[in-house]
Amino acid sequence: MENLVIEGSPKTPTIKFNPEEGKLLIQGRSIPENSIDFYKPLVDSLEAYTEAVKEATKVDIVLEYFNTSSSKCILDVFKKLEKINEAGGGVTINWHYEEDDEDMLEAGEDYQAIINIPFKMVEIEEGE
Amino acid sequence: MDINIHDFYRKMEQDNIMLSFKGNVTSELLTSVLQIMESKMEKLNEPNRIKKKVYNILVEALQNLYHHLDKQPDGAPQGHNTVIFMIGKKGEAYTIYTGNYITNDNAEKLKLRLEKINSLDTDELKTYYKEVLNNGMMSNKGGGGLGMIDIARKSGQQLDFDFQKVDEKFSFYSLNINVPQ
Repeated sequence: MENLVIEGSPKTPTIKFNPEEGKLLIQGRSIPENSIDFYKPLVDSLEAYTEAVKEATKVDIVLEYFNTSSSKCILDVFKKLEKINEAGGGVTINWHYEEDDEDMLEAGEDYQAIINIPFKMVEIEEGE
Repeated sequence: MDINIHDFYRKMEQDNIMLSFKGNVTSELLTSVLQIMESKMEKLNEPNRIKKKVYNILVEALQNLYHHLDKQPDGAPQGHNTVIFMIGKKGEAYTIYTGNYITNDNAEKLKLRLEKINSLDTDELKTYYKEVLNNGMMSNKGGGGLGMIDIARKSGQQLDFDFQKVDEKFSFYSLNINVPQ
């Protein structure tokens, strides 16, 4: 399987998915008007990865902002990860949030309540 | 002269309007407005928490206006594609004002949704958000009805809305979102 790399823009995050190493990173801002098209390549890659899972799959979500249009797509990504986890992919999700960003922490907790994968809330300290 | 621009200016000064716009909303416009507001809040040395809250709510409010344009029925008067929005700061609180035309049918539906959101407390809003996120249908734009719930949650305030009927078909929908420190 090939790596998926999408460079970030003012309204879309950087996405790096390395199926060989079982690593996924989503980092930056996710506030496009239409999110479905943007997330489709990742959702498709994860679908393919379900057939070729690694024992450990490490996911890092480092979002500064995301809009509600993205929130459903991010849930779709997590639902794919849930399947990968069930297929033996040993998924861990690190949800990063800035120390004073309660809204982002709460958003992570919302997903945690819906998705059956262990979440780790990781506080980003100022200046990092 | 019908319009006295000085009066407009003074009124906006009095109401501490930082930015105002009337016209068509495009994706590029929203990108610029968000950048402008981000740098203004940076200059005002707003705490990170407030900057993020206002920015997030602004994204939702402006994207609501953007998506709304698609919903205009055929034959709607041309001016009905334009919207108005303003962003102000009074004391420590930010207010985001938006206004747009809406069909009377949609106004009825929207009013019920907004009233429902206003009837919920913090925990109920959280539950409702998760419900709509998990079970709600995704619109082809991806919005799926979460925007107003998110605005209510992040602002921690009741949604202050109004519908003025303009004719048989249309109402004007105004929304004021208060974001306290």
